[in-house]
Amino acid sequence: MVFFDNMGLLALTPGMVFMWIIGLSLIYLAITRQYEPLLLLPIGFGILITNLPLSYLMEPGEGLIWRFYHYGIEWEIIPPLIFLGLGALTDFGALLAQPRLIFLGAAAQVGVYVTFFIAYAMGFSLEEAATIGIIGGADGPTTIYLAAKLAPQLLGACAVAAYSYMALVPLIMPPIMKLLTTDAERKIRMKKGRKVTAREKVIFPLIATMVIILLVPASAPLIGMFMLGNLFRESKVVERLNETAQNSLMNIVTIFLGISIGATMNAEIFLRKEVIFIFFLGLFAFMISTASGILLAKFMNLFTSNKINPLVGAAGVSAVPMAARVVQKVGASADKNNYLLMFAMGPNIAGVIGTVIAAGIFISILQ
Amino acid sequence: MATEVLVPLAGNIWVVLVNVGDEVEEDDELLVIEALKMENPVYAPCDGTVTEIRVKKGDVVEDDDVLMIIEES
Repeated sequence: MVFFDNMGLLALTPGMVFMWIIGLSLIYLAITRQYEPLLLLPIGFGILITNLPLSYLMEPGEGLIWRFYHYGIEWEIIPPLIFLGLGALTDFGALLAQPRLIFLGAAAQVGVYVTFFIAYAMGFSLEEAATIGIIGGADGPTTIYLAAKLAPQLLGACAVAAYSYMALVPLIMPPIMKLLTTDAERKIRMKKGRKVTAREKVIFPLIATMVIILLVPASAPLIGMFMLGNLFRESKVVERLNETAQNSLMNIVTIFLGISIGATMNAEIFLRKEVIFIFFLGLFAFMISTASGILLAKFMNLFTSNKINPLVGAAGVSAVPMAARVVQKVGASADKNNYLLMFAMGPNIAGVIGTVIAAGIFISILQ
Repeated sequence: MATEVLVPLAGNIWVVLVNVGDEVEEDDELLVIEALKMENPVYAPCDGTVTEIRVKKGDVVEDDDVLMIIEES
């Protein structure tokens, strides 16, 4: 009899079965459509396994995946390590060549704040509203980092929303980009920026670290790791560390990140009506961020003869480099000899930093 | 008149689609540059004959390098 009492089948609830469907759908999308497979595949598996009753994988203090989650995410180790790798992968050249494009990355944070206020007005707490708003920054590790700090109960939903919308960038962004620009604007060819020297690229992460952390100390864990990774890359003297940060280390922590996030989504926590609002608000945040980048580019064009193609403003939502690729595609569909890809990388990278700063501001105000 | 085809964005040469001596028309695809995992086609700026190709598959190219020369017809 003891065996039957401990059999999971009898403890199964309809909610758990529903979560299996969600987990299996993510795995299906990851495999067949290759939607962010490196993340959605382990997340989907995490959802599935955490909704098998009596497995105690997420049991505080003893469960295997709880330990991954606790020491990796609650202790805030994994997201900064991912940022180390992202820093090593990032070339700031596009940004340094045209520093004015930084403003477009900042403008794209508008969606974060607008959504923050709307979510708060809808009855979410300040901490939850901030976590939902940050989805608009389209940056996975930052969303996870902020959620773990402010609203751990929303972590799974917000992370899946952020990664899903990033995968859907090629569908979500183009209609907004076309709506807000004229054909003539989409055909604007931008002047190449100045050449950036190797020395500037080495000095940049050092100065950026000091300036950003002096202004927003709460962003230090993410910005610090990001800029250290970038210094690995640009210094050219620690190729082994650079290579490890962007490949092996990143892959290792991605495994723990994915399965832990998935495992936070048990039926009781996930199947609430708030989660539907989170997906809706996250999408809204994403769309506002896309639009605000474009609109600022158009505004900047009023004051300069060196015109900016407003499409590159849309790349201010981070989602590196998918957003920049979408800009290139939409631009090329208006004029096939227009190459916006590298211009779009400037706001794209500025958007990552902008989202981290936005998260840092939330943390310093709300904690 | 000889027209130089310049690199529109830095990257690697993914594939060269024409040979020396080929007749091309304006907007024909000449080669593809890979940048950020994205394939970016480069088109002929004018009608003419390809007289010189300075890059091959796999080359790393920088902004404004010369890719090939087309003798305008």
